[in-house]
Amino acid sequence: MTDPVYILLYIFLFPGFFFLFAYAFFLSYLDRKIAARMQQRIGPPIFQPFADFIKMLGKEVINPHGVDWRVFDAIPLIALAAVMTAFLYVPVTGASPLAFPGDLVVVLYLMALPTIALFLLGWLSRNVFSAMGGVRAVTQLFIYEVPFFLALLTPAIMAGSWSISEIVRWQQHNLWLVFFQPIGFIVAIVGLQAKLERTPFDIPEAETEIVAGPWTELTGRRLALMHLTTEVSLVVGSALMAALFLGGPILPWTLSPQWLNGAVGFCLFLAKTLAILFVLSSITVATGRLRIDQLNDIGWKYIASAALVQVGIVLVINFLWVTP
Amino acid sequence: MPEVVIPIGPHHPALKEPVNFRIIADGEKIVRLELDLSYNHRGIEKAAEQRNFIRVLPLLERVCGICSHSHATVFAKGIEEIMGLEISPRAQYIRTIIAELERMHSHLLWLGVAAHEIGFNTLFMWTWRDREAVQDTLEEMSGNRVHYGINEIGGVRCDLTPAQIETALARLPDLEERIKKYVDMVNSEETLLIRFRGVGMMSKEEALKYGAVGPTARASGVDYDVRRDDPYLAYAEVPWKVITDTRGDVYGRTRVRIGELWESTQIVRSCLENIPAGPIRVDAPKNAPKGEILSRYEAPRGELAHFIRTNGTDRVERVDIRSPTLANWTSVAMCLVNQNLADIPVIIAAIDPCLSCTCRMVVINQKNRMNVTYMKNKGIALDPGGRLNGRRP
Repeated sequence: MTDPVYILLYIFLFPGFFFLFAYAFFLSYLDRKIAARMQQRIGPPIFQPFADFIKMLGKEVINPHGVDWRVFDAIPLIALAAVMTAFLYVPVTGASPLAFPGDLVVVLYLMALPTIALFLLGWLSRNVFSAMGGVRAVTQLFIYEVPFFLALLTPAIMAGSWSISEIVRWQQHNLWLVFFQPIGFIVAIVGLQAKLERTPFDIPEAETEIVAGPWTELTGRRLALMHLTTEVSLVVGSALMAALFLGGPILPWTLSPQWLNGAVGFCLFLAKTLAILFVLSSITVATGRLRIDQLNDIGWKYIASAALVQVGIVLVINFLWVTP
Repeated sequence: MPEVVIPIGPHHPALKEPVNFRIIADGEKIVRLELDLSYNHRGIEKAAEQRNFIRVLPLLERVCGICSHSHATVFAKGIEEIMGLEISPRAQYIRTIIAELERMHSHLLWLGVAAHEIGFNTLFMWTWRDREAVQDTLEEMSGNRVHYGINEIGGVRCDLTPAQIETALARLPDLEERIKKYVDMVNSEETLLIRFRGVGMMSKEEALKYGAVGPTARASGVDYDVRRDDPYLAYAEVPWKVITDTRGDVYGRTRVRIGELWESTQIVRSCLENIPAGPIRVDAPKNAPKGEILSRYEAPRGELAHFIRTNGTDRVERVDIRSPTLANWTSVAMCLVNQNLADIPVIIAAIDPCLSCTCRMVVINQKNRMNVTYMKNKGIALDPGGRLNGRRP
């Protein structure tokens, strides 16, 4: 397990960055295709997200007047690096070799970084639409982040570990956590949708109100990298959901040859992330955009309360389970 | 947060046409609105004075891309009245059918745009797909999708064949089913209700005071429709009813428009089934006698009025177009105050603005500029800051 070549292959080739990008483009394609079919459109061809990425990389980079271009260049890179790192701790074919106690917190932290990056971009752009979008992004962050963290805290409490791989292993011996915490799962899905800024939570980039929000002044490779960040976040988010609530990429029993375990695990990973993606796409298609004050009401009144109730339930279950 | 000026337009994704709003906002609340229209003045009224009646109809059709038939019909109607022509019933029916099909495609388009403004793109895609059925029918009847060019002074340009009537009737049941589906969606879709209810409120008194017209006024409970109150074409002979709503918000305007969609399908059906036989055109004289007329018409967006003055030649001396959007702007400026910034697109979209029809040339008379005393004497209301619609006089 500690073979450095294996670790390097894990990080860069599979299931690390190479696979991550490929899968991110594929999920993005599927997302667009599903939405298109539901809206009675044809949708993009399979390589469209990749083609878009390459095209945008080749476009001219425009520096808004009076903006520090070094910071402007760095922020998308930092955001992308953060979500790419987060993916390394999420189990794909089995437990991640880089797992350590507490990696769940690191992943959550790294996943919050793109939103902060968007806020900074908006603030630096010296553009009224970008600034408003940035402020909205952060306001929204304060609304969904608390219930999202609480919802992801419940699996950790139940499994008694802050490590994603440990939580997956716990589910291997017991039941999937979604059966214990359906409320937490729903809250987490809603939180993920908000984190990815998809309808009904696309408030920061509401195109009919503030053009593209923080994205307005992004051009060329910066735009490409920010798009890639969102796509990678989609992979990390759905993989995280699959690992924490749907049992992750592990079967409840072990198969005889070692490689078969990994292969089956990988197939499970694909199936579960695709299922999560389907749910996310359906929400996107079926809703309109909320207003930030309405989201504030709903978020704190209902979603946060639901998450708290879920934490309470889990504490009670844990107490009853352990005591006798 | 201090007051910020947010420029919307003349180029902005929320707008399909050029207009400039300067929104003065305090955080996410709108303090006031400054409007700058007229980015696309085309001088149509002046151009209309240079052409004879045959050539002026296609020009007036191009005032608007959505209600093209409205402008042509209201002008033809006025000129025919001045000339004292009796239009055959069949021509009246054909004009009515086209008018109601136009209302259907306009309202379907509006529903999609309103949904898009709140980010609900599924409804947008669906309504625009269904709009295609209406467009196809229009194309079959007139040969064109946008500028139908079916009007002539004295009647209509082309007749409906029995086959055309049959295909048009065959398309209606599908459309009716889809419209029922939209009624359902608008009544039950949660995000749509949250975003539309209580937004852009306008009471009946305000609607009357600010001179709102069309669905905007009817949603506030103003029971007024030119089609019923000053019947023209075949509206007096077909069964239909005026849709009103008492809510006065964007939701009410949505319900009124969807109700009108349904009424339009019924009018079209009834007209297609009972279309009388006869000629479609009478010969019109070349010149019109001297006269003045205010010709009114219920366009999809509200009451459209053409003031026409003729002087005994083959062209008009003056045609003044009062498009419904022009009548509705004041109500928008009023509705927006104290609303949320995020609601700007949907409140503006709720009157179904058609900007290029609205463009007017403004001549500022430097000598007699309005000042506060003048306005007080004239009884023009000012807010405590001494502003009229946000602009310092």
